[in-house]
Amino acid sequence: MLDILKDLIYSSGAVSLTGGNLVMWLVSFVLLYLAIKKQYEPLLLLPIAFGILIVNLPLTFLMEPEHGLVWFFYHYGIELDIIPPLIFLGLGAMIDFGPLIANPKTLLLGAGAQAGLYVTFFAAVLFGFDLQEAASIAIIGGADGPTTIFLTSKLAPHLLGATAVSAYAYMALVPIIQPPMMKLLTTEHERKIVMGKLRPVSKLQRVCFPIVTAMAIMLMVPTAAPLISMLMLGNLFKESGVVERLSKAASNELMNIVTIFLGLSVGATMTAGTFLSPKVLFIFFLGLFAFIVSTGAGLIMAKIMNLFLKNKINPLIGAAGVSAVPMAARCVHKVGSEANRRNYLLMHAMGPNVAGVIGTVVAAAILLKNLG
Amino acid sequence: MPELLAPIAGNVWKVLIAVGDKVELDDELIILEALKMETPIYCDDGGTVSEVRVKEGDSVNEGDVLVIID
Repeated sequence: MLDILKDLIYSSGAVSLTGGNLVMWLVSFVLLYLAIKKQYEPLLLLPIAFGILIVNLPLTFLMEPEHGLVWFFYHYGIELDIIPPLIFLGLGAMIDFGPLIANPKTLLLGAGAQAGLYVTFFAAVLFGFDLQEAASIAIIGGADGPTTIFLTSKLAPHLLGATAVSAYAYMALVPIIQPPMMKLLTTEHERKIVMGKLRPVSKLQRVCFPIVTAMAIMLMVPTAAPLISMLMLGNLFKESGVVERLSKAASNELMNIVTIFLGLSVGATMTAGTFLSPKVLFIFFLGLFAFIVSTGAGLIMAKIMNLFLKNKINPLIGAAGVSAVPMAARCVHKVGSEANRRNYLLMHAMGPNVAGVIGTVVAAAILLKNLG
Repeated sequence: MPELLAPIAGNVWKVLIAVGDKVELDDELIILEALKMETPIYCDDGGTVSEVRVKEGDSVNEGDVLVIID
């Protein structure tokens, strides 16, 4: 009788708990709090936080290769790069590229903000990360979750949890991180610049955009294909107007389903053993740095463009060149309307914002091509 | 007859005025919702509201007339 009791105790997870597990519980609880109480990106943080919790309960073997339930989600969804492109399919079906088509020069802002990635890349190398790790950290500055996961899972899978969580966390923190940088780099006068109405975009242009963009980008950077092809297919679903069912399925049901597996798998990579190292803390620091530099690069790019433009753009929209859609555009709109209450920058900021998505994918593809 | 136009596309979240109300420069007349964000639309000119062209829940395009003020 006593032996059975002993056996029960020794086979229970509680005996195998480590201090690291307890710390990870704490991390999980903090993220759960942020997701539920503060509603910071709850669709992702909630499953991520729960994933962290369950892999830090010993002897469950949920992440045991070829054995654990969550390992299968992770292996098929993320290691084999299936989920991030599917998320992009859904994003494509939701994104309105109209503001970018109406004002194509905002593409430069979406590209300009990516300069922050390269600055961070070299900073991370200086701090002793290897090239693959540095690239995975730098991409956080693009503020695009699926792209970050896509690149990290190929270059530095051991950092996946940290880069994904910091990308999503900083996206949620856009309204706190960006405004100080925006005010620092622009004058009151510049923030007051009102931009005229966007020109209307015809249906033909909307339909051609995803086709032409997909062809152009994949011919230039073939490694961008998995993400760009799905993004543009989703957008073609939306703009063609003839497959509303597919468009809805991609942006609602499919997106929601894969989000569950994405969040859970990303969280499950964060076992105490992989997550609790000084390196990881540094990732959060460098990720924030990447985000700030990218914001600054977008703003400066906008100011440079203004030197050549007759109709000045409001340089704030450069900050939307990071691809946190639509958080960055909202943030631009808010800061702009604080300077001038009749300033409605939302749609103008959506141009660089959606261009930022494309820019981040291209930047990731270039890093992948050179380092993968 | 000054018209108040929608500066951005979105849904009408709140209509804060009714026909006959006296309004002044910079009063909030309508709140639009676009991309999950509330954007107040301010009065450009003082006067009396003679017509409200939208109701809460309507979706509007950029440039649509929201309110007419005499």
